[in-house]
Amino acid sequence: MPDETLDLPVIQRVLDHHRDTPGALLPILHAIQAGVGYIPDAAVPDIAHALNLSQAEVRGVITFYHDFRTAPPARHILRLCRAESCKSRGAETLAAQLREQLGLDDHGTSADGAVSLRPVYCLGACACSPALELDGQVHARLTPERLSALVSGCLQEVKPC
Amino acid sequence: MLKLFVPCDSVARAVGADQLADALSAEAQRRQVEVQIQRTSSRGLYWLEPLLEVETAEGRQGFGPVAAEDVAGLFEALTAAPAEHPLALGLVEQIPYLSSQQRLLFARAGITRPLSLEDYRNHGGFEGLAKAALLEQAEVVAAVLDSGLRGRGGAAFPAGIKWRTVRDAPAVQKYVVCNADEGDSGTFADRMLMEGDPFLLIEGMIIAGLAVGASKGYIYVRSEYPDAVHALNEAVLLAREAGYLDTTGSGVAFDLEVRVGAGAYICGEETALLESLEGKRGIVRAKPPLPALEGLFGQPTLVHNVLTLASVPIIMAKGAQFYRDFGMGRSLGTLPFQLAGNVRYGGLVERAFGLTLRELVEGYGGGTASGRPLKAAQVGGPLGAWVPPSQFDTPLDYEAFAALGAMIGHGGVVVADDTLNMANMARFALQFCAEESCGKCTPCRIGSTRGMEVVDRLIASSDPAYRADQANLLHDLCDTMQYGSLCAMGGMTSYPVASALKHFPADFGLASPEAAQ
Repeated sequence: MPDETLDLPVIQRVLDHHRDTPGALLPILHAIQAGVGYIPDAAVPDIAHALNLSQAEVRGVITFYHDFRTAPPARHILRLCRAESCKSRGAETLAAQLREQLGLDDHGTSADGAVSLRPVYCLGACACSPALELDGQVHARLTPERLSALVSGCLQEVKPC
Repeated sequence: MLKLFVPCDSVARAVGADQLADALSAEAQRRQVEVQIQRTSSRGLYWLEPLLEVETAEGRQGFGPVAAEDVAGLFEALTAAPAEHPLALGLVEQIPYLSSQQRLLFARAGITRPLSLEDYRNHGGFEGLAKAALLEQAEVVAAVLDSGLRGRGGAAFPAGIKWRTVRDAPAVQKYVVCNADEGDSGTFADRMLMEGDPFLLIEGMIIAGLAVGASKGYIYVRSEYPDAVHALNEAVLLAREAGYLDTTGSGVAFDLEVRVGAGAYICGEETALLESLEGKRGIVRAKPPLPALEGLFGQPTLVHNVLTLASVPIIMAKGAQFYRDFGMGRSLGTLPFQLAGNVRYGGLVERAFGLTLRELVEGYGGGTASGRPLKAAQVGGPLGAWVPPSQFDTPLDYEAFAALGAMIGHGGVVVADDTLNMANMARFALQFCAEESCGKCTPCRIGSTRGMEVVDRLIASSDPAYRADQANLLHDLCDTMQYGSLCAMGGMTSYPVASALKHFPADFGLASPEAAQ
């Protein structure tokens, strides 16, 4: 577990910046996640204090939204679209291929922390289905070969020492 | 000098537009040809993306879809015989898919650079605002009312009535909120507009702010659209620098803030969106009170979809009558339909209401991409009904679709061929509802999970009598969800389920339509 107290200066800067913004909780959580990589548990009391909320209210918001993480993310996040348009163009076959290639279920993370799989429902690329988002970059008109190449790219990368 | 245009739209980039632009400049350098590459918005002819356009004396010549590997050969052709290149499309504006459209909202699509105020002004930008600034508030509201514009987010409520309600509500602080949480799968018009023509949305919001007396606006964009968030943030800065977001002549200050959602589908529901903007869980509010009277932070709030607000500058610039001359019945103006899924020519088709679904899917779409028989089209997003080809001659009109037990919604059309199993899709609709329900009302929270279980039992059983029982149960459940849910999420999840059951009973292992009754 990383030492979360190291993140406190980042968190404090975010809170100072947004303290007077009306309805600031979502922008604050986004900014902390962008700075730290996730929402550290240690941030919750400070956020609650800054916004005059209970810790339960802050946790309630964090857990309501799919985007917020409470643990460090994998190095790569692969989000395959599983909505109707992509399903009509073979997204489920690609999902099965992913599960096989990575040995992971939906929402799973590989043991070495290389890849996390997360389903997504629509990336707005429906006219070029099927589509996925890998580390913020959308890839559309996917084929099994292209998916396989993208996944291999994530796995083969030299791990930082 | 060669002037080239390559889209910077996120989906054009997802199929290689950046690589194309890089290859073009590298090849130009290699050949020592002087080129200017402009990154424009997308025309929305997505099957041709990446679409390269080349400026000529006659207009822009198109080539597409162009891969980076095609670039060397293309340069060769450009100097010799461009029209003979296998990817040549002729003049882009004469491509029938485009030339037959009635583009009001997407008039600048593929032509201008999204973040160029100069391009925006040169193509009619801010004309609507200039006219609105000379009018009384009531006159602007009257124009919106007269135009017949209805909410484009799906509910199709007359926009002018909302405007009048907010304007007449006494309050010191009012808000304009743009619902840009385009979570409905199969739809991408909001994304294209925000990425490609962000000033149009900003202009519409400024006019709305002036007309209803709101000094602050929020655009709530889903986090799945990072390019749209970026474009809007940049455009807001540019508009602020240029003085559009301060005092706009009438003495009313209006400013805008872009807020990013966090992956909750329910936040596309207007009251859940307001909760989220306030920094809370996206839990649906009971109505009344209407957001027009008690909305964001308890103040009168005008909440509209991106396309509704973006329609306003056109209405102001060209007049309410011009706008209402498009369309049929009570569905006036144009709607950018979005053709997606298993379709040959997927893309954006902006047309006046009234064309048939068949013209859209078979005419523009060219049938299925797989070449297999067409099975159905889901119209209006994940909460829309699956419409079988036998009903494809229905005109795309809010009332005509409502009469079918379907909806036009946000204009998304997802096409499916005969390999897509509709029982699986019905189950998916319920599963999606179970995952995304805010949990406030019982029919949606519990009904969605029970519905999944019923579909599972129905599919698994081999006993016809038991299956018929389960089908009846599913019908009852759909009724309960439709009439007992607090908002459209639970209420309309019944549409894809009931329509799949009605039109495709065989996929559920039911013998005939009668068995499903």
